[in-house]
Amino acid sequence: MTSARPKIDFDAKIPNNVDLASDRKLQRALERWQPNFLDWWGDMGPAVDTKDVYLRTAVDVGREGWAHFDHVPMNEYRWGVFLSEHDPDRKIAFGEHKGEPVWQEVPGEYRADLQRLIVIQGDTEPASVEQQRFLGATAPSLYDMRNLFQVNVEEGRHLWAMVYLLHAYFGRAGREEADQLLARNSGSDESPRILGAFNEETPDWLSFYMFTYFTDRDGKYQLGTLKESGFDPLSRTCEFMLKEEAHHMFVGTTGIDRVVTRTAQLMNEHDSEDVAGAGGIPLDMIQKYINFHYTVSLDLFGNESSTNAANYFTAGLKGRWQEERRKDDHVLTDDAGAVDAVREGRITTTEVPALLALNQDLRSEYMGDCSNGLKRWNRILEKHGIDRRLSLPHVGFNRHVGAFSDAHITPEGRVVSEAEWKAQESRWLPTEVDKTHVRGLMHPVLEPGKIASWIAPPNNGINDKPVDYEYVHFN
Amino acid sequence: MLDKGRTTTVTVLDEAPATAQVPAPQEPQVDFDTDPSRYRHWRYEVEGETAWVYLDVAEDGGLVPGYELKLNSYDLGVDIELYDLTQRLRFSHPEVRSVVLTSGKDSNFCAGANIRMLAQSSHSWKVNFCKFTNETRNGIEDMTAHSGQTWVAALNGTAAGGGYEMALACETILLVNDRSSAVALPEVPLLGVLPGTGGLTRVTDKRHVRKDRADIFATKSEGFQGPKAVEWKLVDETVSRKQWDATVRERAAEAAASSSRPTGATGIALPPLQREVTEDAIRYPNVRCEIDRDARTATITVLGPEAGTVPESLERIHALGADFWPLAMTRELDDLILRLRTNELEIGTWLVKTRGSIEGALAFERVIAEHSASDWLVNEIRHYFKRTLKRLDVTSRSLIALIEPGSCFAGALLELALACDRQYMLEGTFEDADEEQDPAQLVLTASNFGAFPMGNGLTRLQSRFWGDDETLAALEPGTRLTGAQAEEAGLVTDAPDDIDYEDEIRILLEERASLSPDALTGMEANHRFVGPETMETRIFGRLTAWQNWIFIRPNASGAEGALRRYGTGRKADFDRKRV
Ligand SMILES: [Fe+2]
Ligand SMILES: [Fe+2]
Repeated sequence: MTSARPKIDFDAKIPNNVDLASDRKLQRALERWQPNFLDWWGDMGPAVDTKDVYLRTAVDVGREGWAHFDHVPMNEYRWGVFLSEHDPDRKIAFGEHKGEPVWQEVPGEYRADLQRLIVIQGDTEPASVEQQRFLGATAPSLYDMRNLFQVNVEEGRHLWAMVYLLHAYFGRAGREEADQLLARNSGSDESPRILGAFNEETPDWLSFYMFTYFTDRDGKYQLGTLKESGFDPLSRTCEFMLKEEAHHMFVGTTGIDRVVTRTAQLMNEHDSEDVAGAGGIPLDMIQKYINFHYTVSLDLFGNESSTNAANYFTAGLKGRWQEERRKDDHVLTDDAGAVDAVREGRITTTEVPALLALNQDLRSEYMGDCSNGLKRWNRILEKHGIDRRLSLPHVGFNRHVGAFSDAHITPEGRVVSEAEWKAQESRWLPTEVDKTHVRGLMHPVLEPGKIASWIAPPNNGINDKPVDYEYVHFN
Repeated sequence: MLDKGRTTTVTVLDEAPATAQVPAPQEPQVDFDTDPSRYRHWRYEVEGETAWVYLDVAEDGGLVPGYELKLNSYDLGVDIELYDLTQRLRFSHPEVRSVVLTSGKDSNFCAGANIRMLAQSSHSWKVNFCKFTNETRNGIEDMTAHSGQTWVAALNGTAAGGGYEMALACETILLVNDRSSAVALPEVPLLGVLPGTGGLTRVTDKRHVRKDRADIFATKSEGFQGPKAVEWKLVDETVSRKQWDATVRERAAEAAASSSRPTGATGIALPPLQREVTEDAIRYPNVRCEIDRDARTATITVLGPEAGTVPESLERIHALGADFWPLAMTRELDDLILRLRTNELEIGTWLVKTRGSIEGALAFERVIAEHSASDWLVNEIRHYFKRTLKRLDVTSRSLIALIEPGSCFAGALLELALACDRQYMLEGTFEDADEEQDPAQLVLTASNFGAFPMGNGLTRLQSRFWGDDETLAALEPGTRLTGAQAEEAGLVTDAPDDIDYEDEIRILLEERASLSPDALTGMEANHRFVGPETMETRIFGRLTAWQNWIFIRPNASGAEGALRRYGTGRKADFDRKRV
């Protein structure tokens, strides 16, 4: 190349374990992409002006000390590129290539499919940053604000991880897709994010905790299936991302813990379910938020019966959750599976070839995992001597994708008429009144150690720091 | 009416024993080398300005065991000799100005392609056979049009099916009027297939037979004898036995009179090709081919001429003869295409490269341009390269040109890239190359603007930019383009640089190899021939495509189909649904 470009000291700027310093192809692609990423972060990233934030930065992949904590200005965050450790003996665990060595390059035959999978995953990462852009302004504590930004920078890093794959393995087409990842924006009329759920704004902190509990958990399951991929760089990238994802779900789980705790306290203090007047969020409202976020996330798993999923599996591109721990032939050409169906107004199942039932399989795993949170929150209620319980609605409730999308099903799993469903919708899903109430509670609390009225303080701080540590500094 | 004894000349293959089908013998690796001393099925005599070409098929001379070539019927082996013969007339016999095609048998002219051979052949064998015979028939027309060697068919007996199609490729058709000899296209009524070697097309498009008459003719197994055949324009003239020899001579002399061939010229010899064949490579002095069986690709590299070896005079070109680089290279490339097409069915993608000096290639271009209008040999070489490019155009393989430093895609050689389905050009150089390199260049010359038309009558540039006159008009002879410029000008698909190049090509090839070979063949054939239909594109597109469809239908090749049942004494059992 003849044109002179400002040289970037890659290893210093971009922590990595992919030998970036000697990969000309990757360097060139990132040189062009990185300024665009920073522009995007400036325009679409957290809108609150901060000096620096106590953040975790991934610096290695080893079991211990993979991350480093320090106060850093957010636009100087060192977004890195990490793949989990390389296993030279790894074999493809499923599909028609089962037993063959994993691919270190993209097989041309699967280029289009792999690129699509990576683009769809990659599109969700910056989308959530965009969705959460204004939340910082109403953080209930510095601790929470810090957690929000931690999630945001790591979703930014997940974008980097997907862009790395596109740049390193997909040539010019990959670079173009990487540019598009920054050009689409959550909620944009002209070029929205690919998946519907990622175009909804996250308007308040209850939604944020719900999102990190339910929707990030969808991400965990998608990453878990991509971790099984026969395309080794994708597998290793996703495995490392899962480490960070665990923290995002921790933010969701403990966030809802603390909301439920505070509500229980207020219920006991006022001896009433209606804690709205006391500056809390009533259990009914929490239940409605669960109903909404859970069902929207269920839709992300796609149709119950899917030929795409079957093709990805057979080709060795995307496996099942915990593929290698499963006790079957990992090829599935001779097996059958049952998928949900609604026939003549009744909820039932249909038998299909097992390969076609993979979306439902993954959704079932996810549903089981989601129910753990409910147990936790109900234990909190129990501990506070409250009889009411929170629950997950029926899988068919409020669905817009798949077998249930044409039916009207109550949270208890009863098929009803559209009119009946509409008449009761306000009892099941957040109404404008509910949302206005929750939004009304959102006032920033910026004093270290202080907490908003509607949520309990955390039990512990971050990285052994106290809860009242000054996690965020302002200009 | 045809008398009974003679009728069998059309359908005599029903003599074949009606025994159970023997499994088809393994189809052999085909070799296209031959020369007149080895011909088993043809002979020719040059008498003054006329070459007398006799079809005299050896019954036991089939290329594959399992059939006898009765009644001057032919198989691929017979046609390989015919192709060789046409090349020798062109290059070794400049004195020939007309060619009389006739039969060396008393009984008939030619019964067409051998039915038993067709019945026992695999689909791919039939398709390759038809393609090659079509190319040879087109070549015969090309001789009449551009070589000053006009072909006269002297049908001294019945010409049925492919026999009549061979006559149709000639400029003039004479049929003996002996009250029994006929011309016929019995494929539809007897075999349930088409007269696929141009027959249907040439009857209407070349001889202008009305379509209802063509319909009658193509469904009437015994065909028509002389007078009716003349009336319907199926032949030009019918002549009694008494007058036969004199009339044929007269017509041959008339044809010769209008020839552009010089008098007193000396031909050149076409010695056997130097070819080294190994398991995964075919190498000639000027063309190399490496086969990657795992990737299912063949890399074809055409080696350009050395700069400074261009002959300084026309005399020198004639003295070099078959060693003159453009001819040597074209012969080798032609042979390679035929061999890969016939023998390497699973090698689905051909990568086309060149290597050599651009200045050398351009120097040769100038010699060809200077003399092709005035010198018969240079003219022949140009048309031979033209026909070889056309072979590429109709080759059912994905063709990808790779344009890299050290290549010489200039002028005529650029046509090789333009014939490909896609062109990838390295922008800049390979950074880790062993030696200093100059970036690859493409060079447009006058050759790209009319010297090598495709079967659709357009240049490859016109085909490429069909409907985009503006882009086409921006191209000029003499232009040299680097990768980025060539991409800008629309001459290459993509011009990745060093960093991307290898990956782009690898992914492209792997992706290509995973696609359905049938869909690719159909797609490529559609994309390559844009714009107007010509008789040639109709033969390769419409007629061949329909024929190949019919070949795979049970009504032709099923156990009860017409091809298989032919000669067993049992009628074909058709699935009557029209689809
Ligand atoms: Fe993520
Ligand atoms: Fe996340």
